[in-house]
Amino acid sequence: MRRENAVWIALLLVGAAALLWRSAFTTEGMGREYVRAVPVANGQWTQYDPATYSDYQRAEAAAPGQAEYQFSLPRTLGLWLAAFFTLAIFSFLFGDNPIYKVAEAVLVGVSAAYWMVIGFWDVLVPNLVGKIWPAVVQAWAMPGLSGPEAEPSPSYIVALVLSVMLLWRLAPKGGWIARWPLAFIIGTTAGLRLIGFLHGDFLVQIRNTILPLAVIEGGVFDPWASVQNVLIVVSVLCCLVYFFFSFEHKGVVGATAKVGIWILMITFGAAFGYTVMGRIALLAIRLEFLLDDWLWLIDPTGRRMAALLTGGGLG
Amino acid sequence: MIEFIVTQWWLVAIVIASLIPLAMRFVSGGLLETLRTLDRRWIFLLLLWSVLIPIYFIGVTGRTFPEVPSVLARATFDEIDRLSPGDSVLMAFDYDPASEGELGPMATAFVRHAAEKKLKMYFMTLWPIGPQMIDSTIAKVITADFPELAYGRDYVNLGYKSGYEAVIKVIVTNLRELYTTDSRGTGVQEIPMMEGITNIQQMKLIVNVSAGYPGTKEWVQYAVTPFPQVRLVAGATGVQAPLLYPYVPRQLPGLLGAIKGAAEYEKLVVDAYLGANPHPKYLEALRRMGPQLVAHLLIIALIVVANVVFVIDSRGKKR
Repeated sequence: MRRENAVWIALLLVGAAALLWRSAFTTEGMGREYVRAVPVANGQWTQYDPATYSDYQRAEAAAPGQAEYQFSLPRTLGLWLAAFFTLAIFSFLFGDNPIYKVAEAVLVGVSAAYWMVIGFWDVLVPNLVGKIWPAVVQAWAMPGLSGPEAEPSPSYIVALVLSVMLLWRLAPKGGWIARWPLAFIIGTTAGLRLIGFLHGDFLVQIRNTILPLAVIEGGVFDPWASVQNVLIVVSVLCCLVYFFFSFEHKGVVGATAKVGIWILMITFGAAFGYTVMGRIALLAIRLEFLLDDWLWLIDPTGRRMAALLTGGGLG
Repeated sequence: MIEFIVTQWWLVAIVIASLIPLAMRFVSGGLLETLRTLDRRWIFLLLLWSVLIPIYFIGVTGRTFPEVPSVLARATFDEIDRLSPGDSVLMAFDYDPASEGELGPMATAFVRHAAEKKLKMYFMTLWPIGPQMIDSTIAKVITADFPELAYGRDYVNLGYKSGYEAVIKVIVTNLRELYTTDSRGTGVQEIPMMEGITNIQQMKLIVNVSAGYPGTKEWVQYAVTPFPQVRLVAGATGVQAPLLYPYVPRQLPGLLGAIKGAAEYEKLVVDAYLGANPHPKYLEALRRMGPQLVAHLLIIALIVVANVVFVIDSRGKKR
C-alpha cells in the first residue's frame, strides 16, 4: 500500500471514530433534524414543518413525551447525505477518486430528473396543454385555473405543431422537419436578444457616457463627482481606441491604446477580485453547513441554545 | 481571543498538526525550493483553515466585524425605504442553492426590509430551483417574524416560469398571459392582492436577486430600458457584479455586489429596524465577512510570495 493511501485511510478511520463518538457518546450529539407536526384539514392529515432542537427541548421541558415536536428520520438522513456529498465533492481537491465520481453522477442524474419534472409540470402543462385544453388541465392538474385565463387559446396549436416537428428529429426519417421549428427558435431568440442589447447596452450606454465633466450641484462645484465623470469618459475613450484597428497603434493612438489596456487590466483585476470573494463565500457556506447543521460545533443562529463565550461585535 | 484559543485547544492542535509536514519541508528543502515546488494541495489546506477558523471563531463567540455601508448599498436601501406601506414590490429571486452563500443573506434582508415597510410582495423566479429559495426566505422571515402578514393579501408566490428573458418581455406588458395561477395552483383572480395587477410596470420597485442568466442584465434590458419608469435594484453574485456596474445609476439605481454588498445592506437594515440585539439570522452576511478577510489576506500573501519567487528566478536566469 502506498504511504499516501495509508495516511488517508488512517485519517478517515479517525474521522469516522470521532463522528461515532460525538453522535453516540456525547450529551449534545450531532446531525439530528426535528419537525413540528401540524394537523391540517381538521386532522385529516399531518403537515411536518421544520423545527429546531431548541423548539424540541422547550416542548419536552414543558410536557415530557409530547408529540408536537419530533425527531425526523427522513430529514436527518437527508442532512447526513448532504454532508457526505459535500465532503465527496471536496475530495476532488485532493485528486480524482471514486467517491467524487459517485457524487458527480448523482448530481447530474438528479439535475436531469428535476429539469424533466419541472419541464413537464411548469412548462408543458400550464403553458401548452393548459392553453389549448384548459378544462382538461383544470380537472386534472390545475384546479385553480379559472376565469378569463381558462379560455382556450387556439393560437397555441401552432406551438404544439412546432413542438411535434421539433421532436421529429428522433424519427428515423424526415429529420429535416425539425429544422423549421429550430429556425423559428433561433430567429426569435436572435431578434429578441439583438433588440435587448442594442437598446439596453449599446444606445443607453452611449447616453450614460455623456456626462458633465465639471459637476456643479446647486451652484457649487463638486470636485469628486467631476473626477469620477472625467475618469469614466477618459476610460471609455481609451478602451475604444485600443479596439480601433484602422490605424497603427503608434504615437498618440498607441499611447492612448496603452492607457486603454491598463484600464482593461484594472477591470479584469476587479472582476477577478469579485470572483474570489464569491468563491470564498460559497466555501464559507459549505463549511458553515458542516460545522453548524451537521457537526453541531457552532450555533450562530441559536438553534440549539449554545452558550456564547462573549456577546457583541468587534466594532 | 486567548480565551478562545484556550477553550478550543483541540482545533488549534489539529491546525498545527496538519501544517507540521509543510514546516518540515521548509526546514529540510529550503524556503525557495519548497515554494518553487509547492503542491497546490497545501494551498487548498491553507485556504480551508483561513475560512474555517474565522467561521468557527465567529460561530462560537457571536462576534462580527464592523461594516461601513457604501454609496450603492445606501442607494439600494433608500430605494426600498422611500416606498409607502401598501406599495407593490416585485421580488424576483433568480438564484439557486449554488449561490445561496452569497445571495441568501441579501434575499433575507430584502424581505425583512419590505416586511418592515409593510409593502406588498410579489415573489417570482426565472430559475427552476428558485421556488425553493423563495419558500425558504418566506419561512425564515415572514412566517417566523411576521405572522400577521397573510398570504394572498400581503405577499404572494407566483413561482417559476420558464422562458428566460421572454418571460420578462411578456409580463412587463401582460402579466396574466403567463401567470394564470400562483405557485400553489390558486387562480390569480382569486388572490386579493392580484386584483388590478395586469403588468409589472405597476410595481413601485423590482428587487432582483441574481446569480447569472437570466438575471439582472435581462431585467435591465427587457423591463427597465424599454420602460424607464420601472425602478430596479439588484443583489448580484461577485462574478456578475462587475458586468452590472455600467448600468448604475440610470438603469440600475441600486446594486449589492457579492457578500460584501450583502453585509453592507444587512448593516443598514439592522441599524434602521432591528435594534441592538437582532436575531443572528439577520447577520449572516456580516458573519461571513470574517472568513472573507482572512482568506483575502492569505490570497494577497500568496500572490506576493509567488511573484517574489518568480522575480528571483527570472533574475537568476538572466545571470
